[in-house]
Order: sequence, then structure tokens, then C-alpha cells
Amino acid sequence: MTIMNMKRLLIFFAGVLSICTLNSSVSAQDNTSEEIEKYRELLADGNPAELWELTGEELWYREAGPKNKTLETCDLGKGPGVVEGAYVEMPRYFSDVDKVMDLEQRLIYCRMMIQGLSREQATERPFGSAGNSSDIEALVAYVTGQSRGMKIAVVVGHEKEKRMYEMGKRFFYFRAGSHDFGCVTCHSGENKRIRLQELPNFMNVEQARKSYGSWPAYRVSQGEVRSMQHRLYDCLRQQRFPEAIYGTDLLTAISLYLAKSANGGTYDAPAMKR
Amino acid sequence: MKEIIVSSGFLAASFFAVALVSADQTDKEFEEMLESSLRSKGIVKAEEVLAQDEVQKQCSTSGVTSAEDMKAILDSQLATIVYPNDGKYLGDWKAGEKIAQSGKGRRFNDKPDTVNGGNCYACHQISKDELAYGTIGPSLYQYGKIRGNSEEMIKYTWAKIFNAQAFVPCSYMPRYGHKGILSEQQMKDLMALLFDPESPTNK
Ligand code: HEC
Ligand code: HEC
Repeated sequence: MTIMNMKRLLIFFAGVLSICTLNSSVSAQDNTSEEIEKYRELLADGNPAELWELTGEELWYREAGPKNKTLETCDLGKGPGVVEGAYVEMPRYFSDVDKVMDLEQRLIYCRMMIQGLSREQATERPFGSAGNSSDIEALVAYVTGQSRGMKIAVVVGHEKEKRMYEMGKRFFYFRAGSHDFGCVTCHSGENKRIRLQELPNFMNVEQARKSYGSWPAYRVSQGEVRSMQHRLYDCLRQQRFPEAIYGTDLLTAISLYLAKSANGGTYDAPAMKR
Repeated sequence: MKEIIVSSGFLAASFFAVALVSADQTDKEFEEMLESSLRSKGIVKAEEVLAQDEVQKQCSTSGVTSAEDMKAILDSQLATIVYPNDGKYLGDWKAGEKIAQSGKGRRFNDKPDTVNGGNCYACHQISKDELAYGTIGPSLYQYGKIRGNSEEMIKYTWAKIFNAQAFVPCSYMPRYGHKGILSEQQMKDLMALLFDPESPTNK
């Protein structure tokens, strides 16, 4: 299917789905799942996320920034320019910065160091919206797509990786704020739902693997590819917590904790979700 | 022999000191990470959220809290409960249903004048008519019908909504009265949703 046709279908279905998602009754939720299924069939096993992956690949190889460089020398942990299989080993320790970074922190670093962007430019618009697409989401879709089908294999070996993992684990159980919520409130029991949304239990290896291995995802309800950072940003909002600042260590720590819980699972993203 | 005892005592002491330092360091590192990664937005103030109260601190562990700590939580939380002055516990179930449905309030995208909801349906089945209910908490369908409306049951339920941890330490249920999430009138309306024979909860 050509990209133009895909885009047209997307616009059409975004309309259909926005009507369904206005209503939160059971039948509407069932309809939404059905619509997504139909939509998958129509796209012949395609996923709109492919558009983001293609755009991201283009951005990776495009000369940009004050230094007019591509990102081909960016080291995501497996050597300069190696993208394939990089994401399933992240977050990880990088000796050049003596720090543990997740993919999004590393992309900020590469765009600053290699292309000469300011931090402000390299963190601009992490989350896209209609008419305002996000370069970051596209780059993330490209890099993660290059690990599709591989085993999740983060290593918690270096002292700094151990510290970061401990921080993430500690935050998972950290309860605070007006509602006393923490990640643990919503993600530690079997067969739990918030309304009709099933909640993955990260204490359960199979669920942790399936859940972690399915982000980023093209979210049909939002018409955008969303990264793990965006998912966590929104969970923290529902948790009645302050705003997570994009590209900071807390999100990296949580991601490392979740990734370690998912180790051994098959990475299958960018995926498609509600 | 004496030497051995002394040196093992010394070893134990130095090991303990190391453990303490590293726990302190971990606390400090954690606080710094939170402060550098979370910022106030709208009505949610970072410094208020990060300043946990005693109960939140005790309930933030992945380990089991000791029986003594549990007892201390029950006692301290029971002491927070304020019962209605006028002795009236039941308001309007129709208003209660709206409060149970609403998930609004206290998020960084909510306005200062947003009326907080209870969002009870996020975690509980309540009325038989609402099928989109969550399952983090037990079903409350037929609550009044099954439990009856004795004074003890009414007062227990009021206290439970006011501060769930007066009965279950570290409960996942928010402390609606204690944390000022719901007003006294809102809590009365929710009580009616649970107890009024006319409420769809008891149909
Ligand atoms: C108040 C409830 C609540 C809290 C607190 C919460 N989440 Fe979530 N979380 C949800 C809901 C609801 C979903 C969406 C499930 C769906 O889309 O079906 C979700 C989804 C997720 C997902 C994606 C799951 C998937 O398979 O697509 C991840 C990962 C996640 N949460 C992690 C976290 C972490 C880590 C925290 C703490 C920082 C957290 N959540 C706090 C309610 C919560
Ligand atoms: C985030 C989840 C959550 C929310 C939101 C929540 N509850 Fe609960 N609730 C629970 C859990 C878990 C329990 C069982 C453990 C306990 O008793 O604390 C419970 C227990 C109860 C009980 C006691 C039931 C019994 O068997 O004695 C009542 C009554 C109750 N909830 C009412 C409410 C009302 C009313 C609201 C909304 C204002 C509400 N809950 C919101 C999680 C929640």
C-alpha cells in the first residue's frame, strides 16, 4: 500500500474511532477493539507506525543542525552507527558520559554532540500532535523498529546500572500525593482493571514482557506514535504526580526497572494500540 | 578468644556503619532524582507531593510492613476521622452517582476550581447499570442490602471513605476525607449511593 493511501485511510479511521472513543460504555469499547481489528485487516497487516519509522530513518540519515551532520556516527551502545538490536539493550551505561541513558536521552546527546543542536532544540516537541509532528517520536520509532523480533536483553552489571535499577524499583513502590498513588497501586495485581482498561501486572514476567515489548505504539485514539516516555508521562498524571520533565533520569530509571522485568521476552514494537 | 570477640564486634560495627551510609546515600540520590525529574505544573506542586506523610513513607516499601507498624498506621489513621456534626450520614444518591463517576480533580491538567470526583467506578462495581467498572477494589453492588444500615455499619462506611487506612493499612484506596479530596456533602451523597434502598446499588 502506498503511503498516500495509508495516510488517507488513517484520516478516515481517526474520524470513525474518535466517534467510538467519545463513549465509554462497554459496547463502544468492544466496538473500538473491533474497529482496530478491521482497520488492521484493511491495512493488510500494515501498521501506521511504519510511516513514523520511515520518517525517522530519513531523519537519521539527513544532514542537520549547525554542524550539518547525519546521525550515522551516533553510538547507541553497540558501536557508532549500529542501530539494529540497540534498543533491546537500553537503557544502558555509556562510558563516554559515565551515565546510564535510555534511548531518548541518548538521542538528545547525539543530536547535541554530533549535529550541534542546543539542549532546547534537541528536546523540542517530544510529543507530536495533529499538524505538529515530532522528530523525536519518528527517530524513536525508527530505532526501536530495528530491534523488532529480538529478545529484550538489558544488563544490570555496571555499578551505575545497579544504582539506576534500584532507583526505578524504589519509585515503582513510591506512594505520595493527594491520592496516595504509586505505580504499585495500578500495576501489581492479577486481572485488575481501571474501568475497562486492563492493567498489566509488572510482577508477572509474562505480562511485563508483553507490555514492555509493545512500546512505542501507534495509538489509534491519538493518531500518533507514542513512546514509553509518553506512556509514563500520562500514568504519572493520573497518579496525581507533578509533570515528568522530558529526558530526565526518573523516566530512565523506571524504564530500566521495567525492561529488566521484561528480559527474555520478544520485542515486538512499534505496535498498535487503543 | 577475647580478641576474636572484640574484632568481630568491630567488624559488625563497621559493617553496620557502611550499611547506614549507603542507605542514607540511596535516600539522598533518590530525592535528588525526583527533584530534578519532576516539576510543579498547574495545581500540582512538586514539593508538596514529594514531602510524603508518615503513612505514605511506611507504605512505599516492596517488603512487608511489620505488625507493629501496621498497628501504628491503624491507630494514627483512626484518629483522623471526622464524623458529620449534624449526625446525618445520607445525602442524595443521584448526586452520589455523579461523584462516583467523575475522575476529575487533583491532576496537573485540572483547574483550581475543578470539583473533585470520587472516581469510585475506576476501582469498584457499584450500581448495576454501570458496566464499565474497575476491579482494583471489591464489588460494592448491593452494599446496603447485604450489610444493612445499623449505626455501626453506617459509621464504619463513613470512616472507610474518610480514611480507608484506618481499617486496612496501606490500602490502595485514597483517603478521601483526610486528604480533603471530597467535601462532607459529597461523602454524604456517596453514602446514599451505597445505602439508600432506592439507589441502583441496592436494586
Ligand atoms: C491510577 C492508575 C495508574 C497509575 C498510578 C499508573 N498507571 Fe500505568 N497504566 C494505567 C492505565 C489505565 C493504563 C492503560 C491500560 C490500557 O491502555 O489498556 C496504564 C498503562 C501502563 C503501561 C503500558 C501498558 C501496556 O501494555 O500498554 C505501562 C508501561 C505503565 N502503565 C507503567 C506505569 C508506571 C511505571 C507507573 C508509575 C510511574 C504507572 N504506570 C502508574 C493506570 C495507571
Ligand atoms: C484506587 C482504587 C480505589 C478507589 C478509587 C476507591 N476504592 Fe474503595 N476500595 C479499594 C480497595 C483496594 C478496597 C479493599 C481494601 C480496603 O478495604 O482498603 C476498597 C474498599 C472499599 C470499601 C470497603 C468495603 C468493605 O468490604 O468493607 C468501601 C465502602 C469503599 N471501598 C468505597 C469506595 C468509594 C465510595 C470510593 C469513591 C469515593 C472508593 N471506594 C474508591 C480501592 C479503591
